[in-house]
Amino acid sequence: MRSRGRGTSVFGVVGELLITAGVVVLLYVVWQLWVGDAIQGAQNNAAGAELSQEWDSLPVPEPTPVEEEAEAAAPVIADEPSDGELFGVMRIPRFGEDYAVPMAGGVSRAVTLDPIGIGHYPGTPMPGDIGNVALAAHRTTYGAPFNRIAELQLGDAIVIETSDGWYTYRFRTLEYVTPSQVDVLDAVPQLSATPDGERYLTMTSCSPMFSLAERIVAYSVFDSFQPRADGPPAALEGTA
Amino acid sequence: MMYAALWRILPGPWWVRVLILVVLLTAVLYGLFVFAFPYISEIVNPQEVTIE
Repeated sequence: MRSRGRGTSVFGVVGELLITAGVVVLLYVVWQLWVGDAIQGAQNNAAGAELSQEWDSLPVPEPTPVEEEAEAAAPVIADEPSDGELFGVMRIPRFGEDYAVPMAGGVSRAVTLDPIGIGHYPGTPMPGDIGNVALAAHRTTYGAPFNRIAELQLGDAIVIETSDGWYTYRFRTLEYVTPSQVDVLDAVPQLSATPDGERYLTMTSCSPMFSLAERIVAYSVFDSFQPRADGPPAALEGTA
Repeated sequence: MMYAALWRILPGPWWVRVLILVVLLTAVLYGLFVFAFPYISEIVNPQEVTIE
C-alpha cells in the first residue's frame, strides 16, 4: 500500500476516519440506550443510599409513645427545599430493591434533574402535606429515575424517605398530557377549584421515551407516614 | 494507514502492543461514555420532563 503513493494513503486515512466515526456513532447509541443510564442510575442509587445512612446515624428522638393504637402518626411537614437542596430519597420497590434516588428542590435540568435525580416543583406542598406534591425526573438519560414509570401498578408503594421519616403513597393511575397542561399540578390534580383536603403525589416525566412531544403523569394518593424512630415501613420490606 | 501506522509505532512484541491497545481503547471508551456522550446528548436529544 505504501508504495502506491500519497493519494491512496490519503484516501485510506479518510476511509479509516469514516469507519471510526461510524463506530463512535454506534457506541453513542449503545450508550444512550443502555450504558449511560446504568452508570448514572447506579451513581444515583448509591448517593440515595448514602443519604439514607446519613439520616440513620443522626440522633433520633425516642419513639413517641402510642397513646391510641389506631391513630397513625401525623406526618411531619418539612420546609420547602431551595433549588438543588437535597431533602429526600425516593424508593419504589416496583423499580428494584436497590432503587434509591435522591430528591432535591426545583425542577431545572441544570441544577436538579440532570445532576441529582428527582426534582420537587417549587410552590407545591411537601410530602405528607395536604394538596398535591409534584415531582419531575428524567425517563431516559441522566440515570432515568422514572424510566419504568409506565410499569407502575395499582397500589404500588411510592415511598419518600426524609430525615423525618417515611411518607408512603400508593400509585393510582397514569395519564398522558401535553407539556402545557399545568393543571395536573393543582392541589387536586386537574380540579383546582375544588380543594378536598386530600394528599396527592404527581410525578411527571417525558413521553414517549426520548421525545419532547408529551408528558407522562403518574398519580398517587397518600397512605401513611412512619417517623424515623419507628424504622422503615412495611412497604419497604425486602429492599436495600 | 492510520491504524497500521499506530501498530508500527507501538513498541515491544505483539502481545505488548495488544495490551497497550486494549488500555488505550478502554481509556477512549471511558472518555466517550463519561464525558463526551453526556455532553453530546444534551445537544442532539434534549429531554424535557416538566410541565410548565
